[in-house]
Amino acid sequence: MKVPIEETNKKIYNVLKHVDDPELPGVSVFDLGMVHKVEVSGKGAFITMIPTFTGCPALDIIAKDVKVAVEKLAEIDCCKVEFSYRQPWTTDAITEKGKEQLKKHGVSPPPEHYTPGEEWSVDCPFCKSPFTSMENVFGPTACRSILYCKTCKNPFEAMKPVVKYLVN
Amino acid sequence: MTHFENAEQAKRDPLYKEALTELLYQFADDDFILAFRGSEWLGLAPHIEEDVAFSSITQNTMGHATFFYQLLEELGEGDADVLAHERGPESRKSAVYLEKENGDGHYLDEPFYDWALTVVRHYFYEEFKQVKLELATRSSYQPLADAAQKVLMEQPYHLAHWKMWVKQLLAAGGEAEERLRARMVEAWGEFKDVLELGPKAKQMADAHLIAGEDVIETQWVERVETTVGKISKQQLGKKQGSGRSGEHTGELTIALKTLSEVYDTDRTAIW
Repeated sequence: MKVPIEETNKKIYNVLKHVDDPELPGVSVFDLGMVHKVEVSGKGAFITMIPTFTGCPALDIIAKDVKVAVEKLAEIDCCKVEFSYRQPWTTDAITEKGKEQLKKHGVSPPPEHYTPGEEWSVDCPFCKSPFTSMENVFGPTACRSILYCKTCKNPFEAMKPVVKYLVN
Repeated sequence: MTHFENAEQAKRDPLYKEALTELLYQFADDDFILAFRGSEWLGLAPHIEEDVAFSSITQNTMGHATFFYQLLEELGEGDADVLAHERGPESRKSAVYLEKENGDGHYLDEPFYDWALTVVRHYFYEEFKQVKLELATRSSYQPLADAAQKVLMEQPYHLAHWKMWVKQLLAAGGEAEERLRARMVEAWGEFKDVLELGPKAKQMADAHLIAGEDVIETQWVERVETTVGKISKQQLGKKQGSGRSGEHTGELTIALKTLSEVYDTDRTAIW
């Protein structure tokens, strides 16, 4: 029996909802907004992904994890993964579920209003207090910053806001 | 103005491709050598937060270099790793000022590195990179315009970091300000090479790859002087020569050798 392409497509998306970012376990590449397009042709899948930071060293691992996971589907024999720079990734692409998952890991989602190069702040992912301070804009990975909550006295991280840069 | 959507189209026009690859080598080689100089500071920065920040910026800058080498790979220039590791100093298009050693000594021995040089060099460079990328977003070569747009989303973090250092050290006065001012005057005599587009500048402008070097210079001077004030009454110089024309110092030769030491132990290995 032939399985319609839409069905396979849906199954691939379901798989991608369970492929985690290697540096943020529990947060899927889908919820981080890294999946741009899924194309199916016969038993082949072609997935276009959007890298977060250009210098992210985890991209190769992510591509491999996606390929391995998708090829486990009976409908797919071969999966190709490509990163595209045509569609810039912004932190707005993170889904609501992604934001919730991030908080569980002690990582606050990025602030919603941000001007490139300017200071920003976020609420504590643990106690939701807005009484936080920026310790270091640069954190353990390119996409994260280190902050401190003055209310519950916990250090925490936040995703750096990344928005489209408007050239005058 | 002819617009080139992808590498295949660009490859069909040899003159266009020549100017384009030259420009891409400048973007890639500049980021590459400065990221290397940054990596030599690992574990040596003034405090732990700075070590985290500086190494993060450096890693991302190396990522930008890789990104530009990949654009060259698409144009048939060869594998990105080979372009990064196997080209000799004479074929590097990076500016000479960027290859200058971090200071006296060596990180394996006694690194008497100069933080003033580093702050000034990185701040001047990030302002320059911002200007050049902004101009490149209007490039006739679409993959370059896209790349510039992508890098510009991350670049403001790098620039803001070094601008903060410059402002705070200048405001501190005393030795901090003096040493910074001295390094700025030194940079002024060498930085013109960074701002230039090299022997194929006219070809680049004719092909609408990027605006002219006079535009880069004007915008850079304006932005830098807004932050630090007037630097010198002299004209911008390029005392150390023209890296854009392939002129380099022995300091680049040593840097490339050090950087590729592990790679050269087995060039076919997958790391």
